[in-house]
Amino acid sequence: MLTRLSTYFYQRPRLVLFLFLAPPLLYLLVVYLGSLFLLLINSFYSIDDFTGLIIREFTLKTYAQIFEPANREIFARTASMAFVVTIASAIISFPLAYYIAKYASPRLKTWLLIGVTIPLWSSYLVRVYSWKLILAQEGILSWFIRLFGLEGVLQWLLSFEGIGGSSLALSPIGMFIVFVYIWLPYMIIPVQTALERVPNSLIEASGDLGAKPLQTFRTVILPMAFPGVIAGSIFTFSLTLGDFIIPLAIGNSKFFIGQAVYSYQGTAGNIPLAAAMTMGPVVIMIIYLLIARRLGAFDAL
Amino acid sequence: MTNPSSTPAIRFNQVSRHFGEVKAVDQLDLEVIDGEFFAMLGPSGSGKTTCLRMIAGFDRPTSGSIYLYGQDVSNLPPYERSVNTVFQDYALFPHMNVGDNIAYGLMIKKVPKDERTKRVDEMLDLVQLKGFALRKPSQLSGGQRQRVALARALINHPKVLLLDEPLGALDLKLRQQMQVELKAIQKRVGITFIFVTHDQEEAITMSDRIAVFNQGKIEQIGTPAEIYERPASAFVAGFVGTSNLVSGEVAKRVTGSDQTFSIRPEKIHLGTSNEATPAGMVSLDGVVRDVIYLGLYTRYLVEVAGGIDLVVVEQNLKTTSMDVLSIKGQKVKLHWHKDHISRVGA
Amino acid sequence: MHSKKAPLGLTIAAIGTLLFLHVPMLIIFLYTFTPDETTYTFPLPGFTTKWFGVALQRADLWRSLILSLQVATVATIAALILGTLAAAAVYRSNFFGRESISFLLVLPIALPGIVSGIALRTAIGGFDIPFSFWTIVIGHATFCVVVVYNNVLARFRRTSASMIEASMDLGANSFQTFRHVVLPNIATALLAGGMLAFALSFDEVIVTTFTAGQQTTLPIWIFSQLNRPRDRPVTNVVATFVILITFIPIFLAQRISASSSDTEGENK
Repeated sequence: MLTRLSTYFYQRPRLVLFLFLAPPLLYLLVVYLGSLFLLLINSFYSIDDFTGLIIREFTLKTYAQIFEPANREIFARTASMAFVVTIASAIISFPLAYYIAKYASPRLKTWLLIGVTIPLWSSYLVRVYSWKLILAQEGILSWFIRLFGLEGVLQWLLSFEGIGGSSLALSPIGMFIVFVYIWLPYMIIPVQTALERVPNSLIEASGDLGAKPLQTFRTVILPMAFPGVIAGSIFTFSLTLGDFIIPLAIGNSKFFIGQAVYSYQGTAGNIPLAAAMTMGPVVIMIIYLLIARRLGAFDAL
Repeated sequence: MTNPSSTPAIRFNQVSRHFGEVKAVDQLDLEVIDGEFFAMLGPSGSGKTTCLRMIAGFDRPTSGSIYLYGQDVSNLPPYERSVNTVFQDYALFPHMNVGDNIAYGLMIKKVPKDERTKRVDEMLDLVQLKGFALRKPSQLSGGQRQRVALARALINHPKVLLLDEPLGALDLKLRQQMQVELKAIQKRVGITFIFVTHDQEEAITMSDRIAVFNQGKIEQIGTPAEIYERPASAFVAGFVGTSNLVSGEVAKRVTGSDQTFSIRPEKIHLGTSNEATPAGMVSLDGVVRDVIYLGLYTRYLVEVAGGIDLVVVEQNLKTTSMDVLSIKGQKVKLHWHKDHISRVGA
Repeated sequence: MHSKKAPLGLTIAAIGTLLFLHVPMLIIFLYTFTPDETTYTFPLPGFTTKWFGVALQRADLWRSLILSLQVATVATIAALILGTLAAAAVYRSNFFGRESISFLLVLPIALPGIVSGIALRTAIGGFDIPFSFWTIVIGHATFCVVVVYNNVLARFRRTSASMIEASMDLGANSFQTFRHVVLPNIATALLAGGMLAFALSFDEVIVTTFTAGQQTTLPIWIFSQLNRPRDRPVTNVVATFVILITFIPIFLAQRISASSSDTEGENK
């Protein structure tokens, strides 16, 4: 019986391919791409200011709202945070990535990679939450700062307009630390992969030719690791751009894109504006991906 | 050897297999005789592997029919043909031990356990792997894996056994040893073997008959001697062994016709320029352009009048390297037996 | 291979980065023992284990936990089926648009979560679909599929293509071949992919906030505490629990992937 069914399929390979592909494709095309498309459509609708109902007519009115100063500021704020977080992640990722790629024994390497990938996959929310404890005014970080007598430095940092605030937990500095903490593994992995591909002989050759370690780093290692940095930056940039949990949990009340989208669709029920706002990160990411591809980042993924 | 009354083991009737625009196999007719060791020889992309895959059922003809002992199997799936395959990469199941790998076909047929064990032992005996039943494929050497693959196929008593470049992954010594062994096993089990190879030496050593493939067609089918001595085309002459192709003016001088012919390097005798031509021989004057001393024999490159270079091989029976190397640049006379040339057409 | 010792500075920096990645989670664990209900005072003003008991008594937490487990289980099963089918199709056939499939599958994790979230929210709103268990599952499955797909496809590519042909050649039909050859070979990839998908779904919050409506999954519960902390000590207990429940499958999945590529290396 099964054999006859099997033979039936054998003689119809196209049918088998169709049966394999149809469920996942239908699901993603209908549910996911369908939703994305609907989102795009909605961004061209507008909302009636009096009734709060969506007017299903094509208009660019909603997009015009995005360019109002308040919203422009949100975009600028989010993009600069994403940029700074990306740069910081790239720098911080280097020592560990380099150690894993060039010095760790195969056994240690496996464990270190697990140590980096576990935070990448797990407990995003809980990891954000942990910083709520750490950054609290009465919390562990303040305690250490007092222990070392660094209150003055902290106060000085927090006094800056734009990045400071009443405490670390309520300031952009705090947000920045948490963003870096959360997305760092996404940078370490591709940088490590790229460094892995730098042949040891090349590093030795450079040293052999009289380059000091720092020169070797600048002229040999850094250029070859660059695609990895770009690959990692796709994640750190994109994820920071769309996040709304961290700005809600840590930081001041100034909106980020994600937060704005979240609140427009929620309390305000203004789905068209939320949709139009979302197109911002999408467009930025598409441009970013195109640039990244030109820089060869996809080979490092 | 040939018994015309019996049904051929495999018969191709106008079989084609197209991959898009590419005609991998093009209107092929072929008969493989029951019980023979048959080789499909050709360069990669010549269609030989596609033919093998169509016999096994991994691929189906675009048009035409394939018969297995008279039964049309063109559209039957692999598991409904009494044909088994030894794969190029052996395709052993990594999650099973050697014994379970060999017993796989019997397990699927629900053969009782004790009979399976008995037959696996017989097979391990046949391929000289006694006591290996509990090893994992990853613990075996290349040659041992090859034997397991062979045993796994033969245990099902297939009507035809297919071998896809079976010795390709082995080193030279092991390959030569396995050539002899495969031939012996085939004689013992009496099953029709069809094997695919791009190695002409292997095909000549092992097979009863050879089909030479080129661009989806068969150029020639025959015994190894026929293929070697009487190549039917320039392609066969060039692919099986090395050959000199002579055409145009020079050919006319030798044979009286400008049709291309081929002559094997070892059939040409290298004589001094004033030597007389013996009876039944043809001769050409030439100049030795290059000499390559190869120990057992020496290869000469001789330019004959008309601007054609001929390769000549002579064994170093009495000569030394000093003798042969000194010939470079000298005038010589080449001669060979009239019967040793093959007309290969245009 | 690299017999050279790492420079001290590099080693310290590497260890520092590793600590930076892991210590914060340990601090949550520490705080589960604080008797302080209203602040995050450090050093802890005392030591108590009572919050574990308190958390156990909370019916709302149990409801959230059960909902999260149910969602993760169903989303994982859906991902296993859809992801494996897609991987099999991409692996076995060369068809028009094959490259786009991978792209389409990766999209849900490549785009910021908020894009997926608001898109699904728009669809749910646009068609007046009531929020339910299934709206959450559908949202989670979109990004779980790719995890299974990647794992299974990688495994397919590492296993010999002729193995399936060999099985059918030896008399097994497609179903027998699947059971005796394909399944044993992709089993660990399915396990690893499934566990990652489960962990991903279990603590997902961004997409869930848009697809859950009034339902509270465990991450949504934690998220509400993040905004307006009411039950600080209980949140610590829950957070620790979430770490453990996601840590274990991810750790095992990583070990499986690492060890299966190790044995692959031995074969060569």
